[in-house]
Amino acid sequence: MFDSTIINMLLEGIRDTLYMTLASTLLGYLFGLPMGILLTVTDRDGIKPNAPVYKALDVVINMVRSVPFLILLILLIPFTRFLVGKSYGSTATIVPLVVAAAPYIARMVESSLKEVDPGVIEAARSMGASNFDIIFKVMLVEARTSLIIGATISIGTILGYSAMAGTVGGGGLGDIAVRYGYHRWQTDIMLVTVALLIILFQIFQTIGMKIASNLDKRK
Amino acid sequence: MSEIEVKHLTKTFEQKGIVVEALKDINLNIEAGDIYGIIGMSGAGKSTLVRCLNYLEKPTDGQVIIAGQDLGALSEKELRKQRSDIAMIFQHFNLLMQKNVLDNVCFPLLIQKVNKKEAKERARELLQIVGLSEKEKAYPAQLSGGQKQRVAIARALASNPKILLCDEATSALDPQTTASILDLLKQINKDLGITIVIITHQMAVIREICNRVAIIEHGVLVENGLVEDIFNHPKSQAARELILRDLPELGENVNTPELPERIQTDRKLRIVFSENSAFEPVIANMILKFNTPVNILRADTKNVGGYAKGEMILGLPDDRHLQVDIETYLKEKGLEIEEVTGDV
Ligand SMILES: Nc1ncnc2c1ncn2[C@@H]1O[C@H](COP(=O)(O)OP(=O)(O)OP(=O)(O)O)[C@@H](O)[C@H]1O
Ligand SMILES: [Mg+2]
Repeated sequence: MFDSTIINMLLEGIRDTLYMTLASTLLGYLFGLPMGILLTVTDRDGIKPNAPVYKALDVVINMVRSVPFLILLILLIPFTRFLVGKSYGSTATIVPLVVAAAPYIARMVESSLKEVDPGVIEAARSMGASNFDIIFKVMLVEARTSLIIGATISIGTILGYSAMAGTVGGGGLGDIAVRYGYHRWQTDIMLVTVALLIILFQIFQTIGMKIASNLDKRK
Repeated sequence: MSEIEVKHLTKTFEQKGIVVEALKDINLNIEAGDIYGIIGMSGAGKSTLVRCLNYLEKPTDGQVIIAGQDLGALSEKELRKQRSDIAMIFQHFNLLMQKNVLDNVCFPLLIQKVNKKEAKERARELLQIVGLSEKEKAYPAQLSGGQKQRVAIARALASNPKILLCDEATSALDPQTTASILDLLKQINKDLGITIVIITHQMAVIREICNRVAIIEHGVLVENGLVEDIFNHPKSQAARELILRDLPELGENVNTPELPERIQTDRKLRIVFSENSAFEPVIANMILKFNTPVNILRADTKNVGGYAKGEMILGLPDDRHLQVDIETYLKEKGLEIEEVTGDV
């Protein structure tokens, strides 16, 4: 159906999409996880309430999250250029992806950690656990199923964003879909890229949910 | 020196301008080896009091002194260390749901940086004590309530505490399971010499295992002392109410099942007697002597600190003179009597 150049291009598209999605998720968690923990800990009923820290984080996260991703992408071009040296291609796309993903991930983490039974935290405290122990040995462990479900949802969202970044030359499958499907009217190629995106999304979902359910000992 | 000394303990909560005085000037001493009950109605301040005993809650005023050490004088770090001497169990067990039984019991040891292998050995010993050795690989979700509380008890004992605080530890359990958990606590108190503080709203729990009791009402300690004394002669209204509400719950014998109907009588007497005292002849003779019937409103046998105690509530005839005579008669026969007000 397609010649080998097209197939190669699609394979590269898959590779770039995977690269962008996974790298952004990883970096997103590098920033988002501590932010989520900090939100939970400093909230009013957290283990170390701190209104100024909570409020500041809360406002920043809401601000970033209220900017539509496409606009964020454009707004960040100078910053991206400063970090990566260029503003197009998959590596450059990782920058806005991380900026968009980190606050999203922080909220996901916050909501997961808040599900942890306060009674269990109290029990740990009664055994002499420090806040550090409580975060790393109680909250993150007890919330692991929910955290992994959150990560699965986050990967899906980032995959979608990465495709959107394709519209402004971000590389990957989204880029191919826009270039061939929109600019050159090659609907068949566009359909294949969409199918590939759906398949990738399904794979991430299935693996994530499987891991979460295997790790869940509450049933 | 008492194991636990509470001096002028006051705790107020303030939330959005509303001030709740949860505890007001509480004073009490708990001796080493005591099983000390703290009882009161919902909202009385029991949980707040017990949480002050390990400083999970910082008192607004007053002191908590554990084995001579004022907890208020400790730094956060020293306090965490001190807490390994004061274990705690809860109504809803509060086990780590994502860890198996063995890892739950190991948890406090790992926090105290005991190495893994030693912790596991110790945990297995404890599971033996609480009778759950074969469940070490199970997860809490696969256990019954009673089994979960046993795991919680094993976990509490892991760090060799001197004191065990129990906040409504049996309130979520059925009567049989409650009895077995109370037996386990008794055994722990006896074999390991651990001082136990039990919070409850059930008088039955206090009778079953406590030697001393404090009664809390609206944040005030209204009465404390030996369980037997308070059971025989409650002085405060709160104590009377708790005793009267104390229906046989822990699978005890009930001599008269249910009250057929509420009998309207002016005066009611509560009589407490040791089971083998000559009680029945006294009542029979009394009826013969005064030639008048009395209503037996309630009668049962209760276990107070391991001794069977009879308890009966009599409705007296309306005649005032007769009432006085009956009271005098019962006192002469050496029975402990006491007036009861309100509905039984
Ligand atoms: N963190 C808190 N903030 C505000 N008020 C509180 C707090 N904790 C307890 N209180 C209040 O203090 C009072 C005593 O509460 P506490 O939980 O000690 O009662 P309790 O005797 O344990 O009741 P229960 O039998 O229902 O558990 C209640 O009026 C409660 O609303
Ligand atoms: Mg309570």
